Amino acid sequence: MILVELMNDVAPEVCLFIIPVFDNDMTSNSLRGPYADSTEECYGQLQNYSGLEYVKCCSLLCDKFTFLEFSISHSQITRLYSRFTSLDKGENGTLSREDFQRIPELAINPLGDRIINAFFPEGEDQVNFRGFMRTLAHFRPIEDNEKSKDVNGPEPLNSRSNKLHFAFRLYDLDKDEKISRDELLQVLRMMVGVNISDEQLGSIADRTIQEADQDGDSAISFTEFVKVLEKVDVEQKMSIRFLH
Amino acid sequence: MFLLLPFDSLIVNLLGISLTVLFTLLLVFIIVPAIFGVSFGIRKLYMKTLLKIFAWATLRMERGAKEKNHQLYKPYTNGIIAKDPTSLEEEIKEIRRSGSSKALDNTPEFELSDIFYFCRKGMETIMDDEVTKRFSAEELESWNLLSRTNYNFQYISLRLTVLWGLGVLIRYCFLLPLRIALAFTGISLLVVGTTVVGYLPNGRFKEFMSKHVHLMCYRICVRALTAIITYHDRENRPRNGGICVANHTSPIDVIILASDGYYAMVGQVHGGLMGVIQRAMVKACPHVWFERSEVKDRHLVAKRLTEHVQDKSKLPILIFPEGTCINNTSVMMFKKGSFEIGATVYPVAIKYDPQFGDAFWNSSKYGMVTYLLRMMTSWAIVCSVWYLPPMTREADEDAVQFANRVKSAIARQGGLVDLLW
Repeated sequence: MILVELMNDVAPEVCLFIIPVFDNDMTSNSLRGPYADSTEECYGQLQNYSGLEYVKCCSLLCDKFTFLEFSISHSQITRLYSRFTSLDKGENGTLSREDFQRIPELAINPLGDRIINAFFPEGEDQVNFRGFMRTLAHFRPIEDNEKSKDVNGPEPLNSRSNKLHFAFRLYDLDKDEKISRDELLQVLRMMVGVNISDEQLGSIADRTIQEADQDGDSAISFTEFVKVLEKVDVEQKMSIRFLH
Repeated sequence: MFLLLPFDSLIVNLLGISLTVLFTLLLVFIIVPAIFGVSFGIRKLYMKTLLKIFAWATLRMERGAKEKNHQLYKPYTNGIIAKDPTSLEEEIKEIRRSGSSKALDNTPEFELSDIFYFCRKGMETIMDDEVTKRFSAEELESWNLLSRTNYNFQYISLRLTVLWGLGVLIRYCFLLPLRIALAFTGISLLVVGTTVVGYLPNGRFKEFMSKHVHLMCYRICVRALTAIITYHDRENRPRNGGICVANHTSPIDVIILASDGYYAMVGQVHGGLMGVIQRAMVKACPHVWFERSEVKDRHLVAKRLTEHVQDKSKLPILIFPEGTCINNTSVMMFKKGSFEIGATVYPVAIKYDPQFGDAFWNSSKYGMVTYLLRMMTSWAIVCSVWYLPPMTREADEDAVQFANRVKSAIARQGGLVDLLW
């Protein structure tokens, strides 16, 4: 507790440099104590810290505490944090839409704008590091030993269902949980380009809806979406693997 | 009070003697070789010793990490995520081509799952793209005892901390004052020397003196940064009436190139100390300084450069076509302005070794003074300079293609990534 406060008041870099030299184990034990045994409580304390403090808190505590939410290693979180700061030109600990739009390879992606929108929760213009990690966590590969995890706990962000929901939200602009013909047409136009006539696009859209629609409302709901894609290897197509 | 007097004079005497000794050593070992362009080899020995220490430091950190069963944070020049080998442009072309060519066939194929590819590609570029990472400092394979490059701070043992502390002491208390003194000497000599040369009548003698004053001062500045430079292929050095282009990593590039050759500089007129230096330099030989308003007018700039280049007696111009500082892992798009002039282009590739001190100037993060302080408190600046054979624009090439050709040649020689952007 004292050490965590110390970290905030004095320069974080200095403290983190000195502390491990003197006593590594003492640090983690003393931090574990006041927060009782529950990892959620301990983690709850950290939610008040944003950005750099968050990452450095994570590195002082045992890995298994705070990486539970995202289940990635310390070096991976440090790498993503340094990526976050290099995108954050305003240096205020949050990213805005302009920060994403500055990436040239994203600008040529037909779904670029929609992907950027996925980072920002409803009505907000800024995303902090935790929000950034939450969205990226959808793309973590599904490990074999997780498939048979406890069914009582909350569903992890990178489950097949959540990955599919992420893709569904890219289609569903008005967030009414249905992909209408218009929404499908918009995505088709962006992906296929200007060489196809409107009629052809329309017929593709109609055919796709016809194949998927089961309750006859001329729109694709999430369950119908899942059913159409049940043979597709979503886990592999919507996963990004770290090199180490 | 009277008791203090004998001590006072003793201290004053000691101070006087040590300063004299220091100054003589400085003169003999650093300034005199700089004037004549020779070297004692002290810097190379220093470099070898440092390399051995760095290797030992990394081993200790790896051992520390292994004891705790953790992985060290290691940088990867290939990126942090496993990427698909197909590029986005290729995939888009595939989809659109298959759509438009189906005149005879029925409607093109489209699946709801096609979106997955673009979604994932977009996420991959958000996590790790080729361009953004070139604007921040390169990460090192092994630790070089500078806290600014350390990502594995929790694996440092007591011995390493002591070594680090010693390093801090050496760098800040011994090397830094020495370097500042040298830099001061170099710059004041440059200003005074070029002003004096400016009073000479125009002729061969003036040119000779101007060249040597410039070279001498740049060599002193090079030693002020403890820059250890290796020049390759010096027979390809730029000649009069040509343009020298190089990749840009920091303002120090100018000093590095100018200490081995005599160039005409191109740049904006600044105020303050830079302005004084610029005004003094232009008295001795014609550099091309632009007013701030003129810089925006591209035709004016091109005209002045063309005039300078066509006068064969004038010096080769030094230009950095990237326009901004890049972190020395890649070469970015060259601006075509300098390639339209039609002169012979002498490409130069500069590659820094970041282990001894990262020369990259991240202008959004550090101002000039902070940057220079960081440079002067690193171990050394080590770099290699390759002079490439001259290139001219071919008849069927336009300026952009020529610029790209030169860029590829520089990237290939320096071992840098040749970026499309």
